[in-house]
Amino acid sequence: MMGTKKTARLLAVAGVAALALSGCGSSGNNASDNTAGGGGKGGCGNYSIAFMGALTGDAGALGVNMINGVKLAVDEYNTKHADCKVTVKPFDSQGSPDKAPALATQIVQDSSIVGLVGPGFSGESLATGKTFFEAGLPSISPSATNVTITQQGWTTWHRVIGNDEAQGNAGAKYLTTTAGAKKVFVVDDAQDYSKGLATVVKKALGGSLAGYDEIQVGQTDMSAVVTKVKASGADAVYYGGYYTEAGLLVKQLRNAGFNGTFMSGDGSEDPAFVKAAGADAAEGALLTAPAGPAPADFGGRVKAAVGADAGLYTTQAYDAANIFLAALDAGKTSHEDINSFIGSYTGDGVSGPIAFDENGDIKQSTIWAYTVKDGKLDTENPTAIK
Amino acid sequence: MHFDVLFHDFAAYTAGGLVYGAIYALIALGYTMVYGVLQLINFAHSEVFMYGTFAVAWVFVALHGTDQVSWSLGKAAPMLLVAVIVAMLVSAGIALLLERVAYRPLMKKGAPKLIALISAIGASFALSEAMGLRDRITGWFGLDGKLSNYVGGARNVYSNPVTIKPHNLFSIGSYNVTDIDVVIIVAALLMMLALDIFVGKTKFGRGIRAVAQDPESASLMGVNSTRVIQVTFLVGGLMAGVAATLYMLKIGSTRQQAGFIFGVKAFTAAVMGGIGNLRGALIGGLILGVVENWGSAVFGSEWKDVVSFVLLVLILLVRPSGILGEALGKARA
Repeated sequence: MMGTKKTARLLAVAGVAALALSGCGSSGNNASDNTAGGGGKGGCGNYSIAFMGALTGDAGALGVNMINGVKLAVDEYNTKHADCKVTVKPFDSQGSPDKAPALATQIVQDSSIVGLVGPGFSGESLATGKTFFEAGLPSISPSATNVTITQQGWTTWHRVIGNDEAQGNAGAKYLTTTAGAKKVFVVDDAQDYSKGLATVVKKALGGSLAGYDEIQVGQTDMSAVVTKVKASGADAVYYGGYYTEAGLLVKQLRNAGFNGTFMSGDGSEDPAFVKAAGADAAEGALLTAPAGPAPADFGGRVKAAVGADAGLYTTQAYDAANIFLAALDAGKTSHEDINSFIGSYTGDGVSGPIAFDENGDIKQSTIWAYTVKDGKLDTENPTAIK
Repeated sequence: MHFDVLFHDFAAYTAGGLVYGAIYALIALGYTMVYGVLQLINFAHSEVFMYGTFAVAWVFVALHGTDQVSWSLGKAAPMLLVAVIVAMLVSAGIALLLERVAYRPLMKKGAPKLIALISAIGASFALSEAMGLRDRITGWFGLDGKLSNYVGGARNVYSNPVTIKPHNLFSIGSYNVTDIDVVIIVAALLMMLALDIFVGKTKFGRGIRAVAQDPESASLMGVNSTRVIQVTFLVGGLMAGVAATLYMLKIGSTRQQAGFIFGVKAFTAAVMGGIGNLRGALIGGLILGVVENWGSAVFGSEWKDVVSFVLLVLILLVRPSGILGEALGKARA
């Protein structure tokens, strides 16, 4: 009996020691020192592009849209460079700032990864920006729109999409002028992106703000919010957040007899919003996004390459991936070279003209409003509202 | 603190809270019964509820298809009746599976209750992840293509394609009481009544109370304790199935983690009302639902969960045995 107790204790100590050592070992290598795999232009470096975002979970539809864009870009590149292909490495963070940091650590330790398309959402961008910056790994986000991300001094962080300052202002202006709303009630779900966007909207609304409430992600019972909206006499509701809660909110609002305008931002701009709300309640809802409709043949190309329809952010992710691929084509393989390449890049992507300012924000962007008509999110004919 | 917000629409917040409270109460019954009989907190009961919600959605997809439509309660009633029966069966089935796999082997070995609790937590994760991986699991049998309407997007929100539109029946203050609200409250009360009669007046119920009071004496008296435990789990599962149907009636969407927060709240309600006390579960559930909503009005919706748990702590500080206090075993013969 004594023998087994002693052995057990020894094994436990050995186990803990092994875990501690493995933890120490991984923080070592600074990935920005090496030139990511095979040297120079001679050998094939077997490079890969990482994607980190919400591939599953409450906002999973958005991440899938993004990775499809990346896959299309890489497929097209690989057709032209059959002798030296690039791979896509997906990392599913579920859009959560809790899950993303561990994935970020994995990404910076993978020496074959030349760049990251992502992170998908603002919360995870803020949680992982420092890790990527310290490792020197360049990233281009197709969708993280929170204003404060580009104010952190992370020179490796870029985005190919307009930020929430533009989107929130355009949304508020549309509600008060075009939609003619006199009193707007604002709701958000307290996440970085949602709160950031809602704050911009609240400021832009000024005196037209009728009230404000905050819900939690995963909340299904919105009855208190609905009662508050009705009590405030609001004739429009702006929701900052993602499509699941937006759909549930608009459904419960309509069930309670609220007939005003419902508007939300790009986190809700997905057909899954209509599913969560039910076609009836979703009718007439306005969903804005700093992303316009894709060119005519783009949808077909995405369908042919990955078997799914293009959606919100597919064009942005495609353009982001293509910038990395253009860098590889130009012979840039180290993190610093690729980062400088991105900084000085100008070109026309399928999402629009692309050039980055010194903070990593895209220089030009338009805000589009998509409407739900006849039970479908009309992705072909949005209105430009800025 | 906005008490004016609360008092302006007092009826609305209270009525809304009662509706959710009824759902919490039905789920709380499962926790309270298992605790009363086994002194075990069945943490996996939240997944019993969650499977029920998926069963409801699946019935609608199976009978109607995936077209998004909006029906009145009357039109949806036949499918809803099928759904509630299927949900009750599925929830009861999961509950019985739990009892057989996660608890009975431990009971037989006389394991401490703490071990059974850990087993419950493990079972809870296993069940919710199994739902989240249902596309992979059906893929092993090559069925994921045929069943894609049921298993696709396994980790995403799953919505009932049929939206059941409520109709206003009457008003209390500024709140329009809808037919769905009435159905939920009436159904919950009826199920509660049925359970009360079952436990108080039937032979099985007497068996349950006997095992709750003293398992050894009960088996000496000829009560088959294994059977009684199975029935306890079964009945808890049936209640959760009804709760799941009412939840889907009101909300319409579910996801694989949907059970978690409802389970925690329902457990809180059961403890507040007196764990092991059936009527306590009802009272606890209704009070929790109402106070939560009042809290949302006064402090803001983001404080909803904080209010529920602070209420729990306050009640236990003042009355540690819960509001109604008595345990299942002490109910009148």
